[in-house]
Amino acid sequence: MENRAPLSVISRVDETDSRTLLSMQDVRVWFELKKWGFLKAGFVRAVDGVSFKLDQGQALTIVGESGSGKTTLLRMILGLCQLTEGQIEFAGRNLDGQKSKDLAWLRSQVGFVQQDPYGALASFMDVHRILIEPLIINRVRREEHEQRIREALEEVRLIPVDDFLTKYPHMLSGGQQQRLVIARALLLRPRLIVADEPVSMLDASVRVEILEMMRGIQKNHDLSVIYITHDLSSVRYFSERVFVMYAAKLVEKADVREIVQNPLHPYTQALLAAIPDPDAKNAAELKAVPPGEPPSLINPPNGCRFHPRCPHKIEGRCDVDEPPEFEPGPGHLVECWLYDPEAGAPPAQTTMTDRAQAQAERQTAELQDRDN
Amino acid sequence: MKRQLRELRRYPSAMLGLAIVAVFVFVSIYTVIALPYSEAIRLWRAGPGVWEDYPRRAAPVWTDWFTSKKLPRTIIVTLEDAGTLTVQPIGDGMNRVEIVLPFQYAYDGFPKELSLFTQKSMEAYSGQLSVYWRMPDGQMLTLQENRAMRATHSYRISQDMDLRTQLGGTPHQGLFARDRTLPLAEWQPLHGNYELVVQGELPEQAEILSAKLVVFGQVHGPAGTDHLRRDLMVALLWGTPIGLLFGVLAAIGAQASTFVLAGIGTWFGGKLDAIFHRITEVNMILPGLAILIIVGHFYSRSIWVMLGLVIALNVFSASMKTYRAMFLQLREAPYIEAAQAYGAGNFRIIFRYLLPRILPTLLPQFVIIVPSFVFLEASLAVLGLGDPTLPTWGKVIYDARVNDALLMRDFHWIVQPSALLMLIGLGFALVGFALDRVFNPRLRTL
Amino acid sequence: MIKGTDRQRGRAGAAIRGTSRHVGPVLKVEDLSLYFRASVGVVRAVEGVSFELQRGRSLTIVGESGCGKTSLAKAILRLLPRNIHTYKGRVFLNGTDLMTLSDERFRQDIRWKEMSLVSQAAMNSLNPVLKVGYQVAEPLLINHNMEKKAAFERAREVFKAVGIPAAFLDRYAFELSGGMRQRAIIAMALITNPSLVILDEPTSALDVLTQANIMNALKKIKREFDLSFILITHDIATSSELADEVLCMYAGQLVEHSKAERFYREPLHPYAQKLMASVPTLHTEKKPEFIAGQPPSLLNPPSGCRFALRCHRRFERCEEDPPLFQHGDETVKCWLYEKG
Repeated sequence: MENRAPLSVISRVDETDSRTLLSMQDVRVWFELKKWGFLKAGFVRAVDGVSFKLDQGQALTIVGESGSGKTTLLRMILGLCQLTEGQIEFAGRNLDGQKSKDLAWLRSQVGFVQQDPYGALASFMDVHRILIEPLIINRVRREEHEQRIREALEEVRLIPVDDFLTKYPHMLSGGQQQRLVIARALLLRPRLIVADEPVSMLDASVRVEILEMMRGIQKNHDLSVIYITHDLSSVRYFSERVFVMYAAKLVEKADVREIVQNPLHPYTQALLAAIPDPDAKNAAELKAVPPGEPPSLINPPNGCRFHPRCPHKIEGRCDVDEPPEFEPGPGHLVECWLYDPEAGAPPAQTTMTDRAQAQAERQTAELQDRDN
Repeated sequence: MKRQLRELRRYPSAMLGLAIVAVFVFVSIYTVIALPYSEAIRLWRAGPGVWEDYPRRAAPVWTDWFTSKKLPRTIIVTLEDAGTLTVQPIGDGMNRVEIVLPFQYAYDGFPKELSLFTQKSMEAYSGQLSVYWRMPDGQMLTLQENRAMRATHSYRISQDMDLRTQLGGTPHQGLFARDRTLPLAEWQPLHGNYELVVQGELPEQAEILSAKLVVFGQVHGPAGTDHLRRDLMVALLWGTPIGLLFGVLAAIGAQASTFVLAGIGTWFGGKLDAIFHRITEVNMILPGLAILIIVGHFYSRSIWVMLGLVIALNVFSASMKTYRAMFLQLREAPYIEAAQAYGAGNFRIIFRYLLPRILPTLLPQFVIIVPSFVFLEASLAVLGLGDPTLPTWGKVIYDARVNDALLMRDFHWIVQPSALLMLIGLGFALVGFALDRVFNPRLRTL
Repeated sequence: MIKGTDRQRGRAGAAIRGTSRHVGPVLKVEDLSLYFRASVGVVRAVEGVSFELQRGRSLTIVGESGCGKTSLAKAILRLLPRNIHTYKGRVFLNGTDLMTLSDERFRQDIRWKEMSLVSQAAMNSLNPVLKVGYQVAEPLLINHNMEKKAAFERAREVFKAVGIPAAFLDRYAFELSGGMRQRAIIAMALITNPSLVILDEPTSALDVLTQANIMNALKKIKREFDLSFILITHDIATSSELADEVLCMYAGQLVEHSKAERFYREPLHPYAQKLMASVPTLHTEKKPEFIAGQPPSLLNPPSGCRFALRCHRRFERCEEDPPLFQHGDETVKCWLYEKG
């Protein structure tokens, strides 16, 4: 590992002129299923054709529900699982996603913040030991250990540092535990941090504090961050850009503001309609929810994977061919046949939410009728 | 973990258990220092002369607390203490020699045996000596008349058949009986001063070096004696460190290996895990004791061989499956995933992340299983497959069994080692179960 | 249990037809307190909670982890752990003082007949070796002594109400998705037609869309069966889905009880205000705030107002623990509202 300058100043070691840090091209991660230990029984297609670019210093959120493949995508970016197909480039280096040496290198470049702060810490190790492990494993020079640990703890504001060094995880509050996890992720001076639902297990009043802190760290050190969450309402406090993941594919990519005001993919629209803001009116209204469940990753439906649940399905198109990526607006990408420029003008986005809204209103009216 | 160990103080059963174990440990240390190993082996081998002053199968001294009678202890009279030796030259190069060995007898029962040991400086038979017995009431009995003596002479008075006929009962009873005209069952010992007198003529060159009269008691020592006159304390004392060491080494050796192998197997999964499982299943069916018996019978009974074999047979035991279940759960834990993410290698994860997490819950297991190994070693000895040179509790029980201890009512011989075995089991069990409650809070009842 | 007496059959019948109408609040809690005994001392999990809930209304209890909301639910349902230290106060269900009933009486007559509970992640506690339909019908078969046919018919009705196709009556738990399993649990809670259903974090482990679906189902059921719900959650946004009234808890105490319109717009208690301010919103621009510090320990709670240390509006009066003040229709535990 190159000997990097202190955390506060990152010197660019590679000479690429673009700021692209991570580039994924048509990546697939398929797990083989075996029947009775050796018979082939198909594949779990956890990540099926994902491509994107992430710049240094940029924050990105991937939104997806369980079963969308986001966990596998995350593990692959972390270098914890192998690629089946596709290309991955990190910091200008072309990586062979199947070679364990390359994966090991990737692991040392990416920091990991997990969902469960208590579970992510070894309960029998004290803070000092927890923080020194990554340094020992990655053969950081002995003399640097204490300094790095101190810096990391100060960064996450677990101060005074000496007070915390001898504490055990169970002596810390949820928020402090998560800060420790973040500190640990920063120790190896990664260029990229991946955070899996970093605040979902913390209390509401603490979440914002942690998110703001992460944002600050990101800005100060020009770090790239990939957040994974299913809570769309907090996305704008994480990052500028959002990707929506459904059934192993990234179905929509846009800036946060765009996506909230102008969601294009029917799934994204459904998500947004289903997420409540705390408002007393909610109790009287029904939400418009697409029927059904996310598809199995072993046997995904033909064509577009959302088509069985989509209220705007085009017969003969959506159930036959998988849609490629279209760009109906600058920086706004969608994998949906409705936005095929060759198929004529895309239906106005307003019609779609209007339609869903109308349905919800109808149902609410029905309910209220029953009341009277 | 220290916090949890301190919690142990809340359980009185644990404190009792710890006290018991502490006593055994202390006894072990004391034994090893006070009675060195080589000495113990020498004593236990019971070579000639080692135990000659000890009675056979004597009960422990404290048994007469339970009886109304005062049971006889062993009385030894030598020339150095109460005995006297007078040498008178009578010309012709001969000396007149007289040895008087007096003692007091005030016990309610008869001695077990009676022997006279003499030593003179000349090897060949020379001179003639007579042995007389003076009783408190003035009776003088002749035990031997004008007999030649060897250099080292052991006169087993109790086994003198002529004397027996003469007295009408065994010598060690007859020589002490108050009234020999009564039927044998009603004989009572006569209290008072007795004297054994040896008189005779010896050549000048023959010097009496020593004379010792041993009136063997029915009780002797804190633990009694066995059929070879050995003081059982040697075996009871030395059985403690041997038993403890065997138990602890076997427990740690077997359990620790199982623990580590289960961790490795579960972590790597796949074929390795399957192989371990098959080995475990086969091993569980194998009759361990039978194998030990066969090896002991045909190959070697050395305790190290037995220890090694016991450990080997217990590594792939049923515990492997229990540990595996625990490890399986832990394998998916977030902190393990985090460790992988920051680059920890397989073995580092196993030994520094996986094993330490489970170790506290396994500590009680280690403790509880120690007595089973102690018992195993004892069982082997009882079956006659113990290490033939070592004084262990199992060996004592074996000797007792083979020599009809119960039939001969030598209860101390069996009861003492058995009680110690039970006590050590109790001690470890109490501590182990309390540890279990401390480390596995789900078993606690608040 | 005596089978088939008039009384038993009468009860069962009443259960199916719907409980007899009781005028007045369906639930009235007076000064309920619950303390646990831990090895390090006494934990005052719930302290002096009082509120009323009318028929057909739903109440949401919000609060962060450790505020005592789950303990409150357990206290109302008398699902007490073994290390209980104090359990006092009064709970009236449809007018009956529950505290006067013996444990056995409570189990037979109240629990799962008049009141039921859907607990956190209950979907994982479905019996894997029983068919789902049978499990859902079980309360009827066992407690109400209904015949199998009638019980399964009822199960079918209830499945329809929660939105599970009737075909799933014959399936096993592992064949259902997470959302379906949670709905099955809700069906189990509804099948005996109780007056009150308590739901403890019913959707926290589920995805957004599934959550919305289940909330929809609950809303429909509320109208259809005229049930009262108590929803307990720490997710403020979801809490508004099923809230006519909101009860906010902090450090084991009730700090505010107001109507939903008031709570979500302009809550009274400073803690509630800060809590609402910390929730990020999707459809409105807002900079969420956080509350510095931590809730006090329940082992040794401070003697004054328990929120005083973190409160941005504290003053000298706060050294003393405030009582519950009435503020119009609302109840607030804060000295700022002393004048009422």
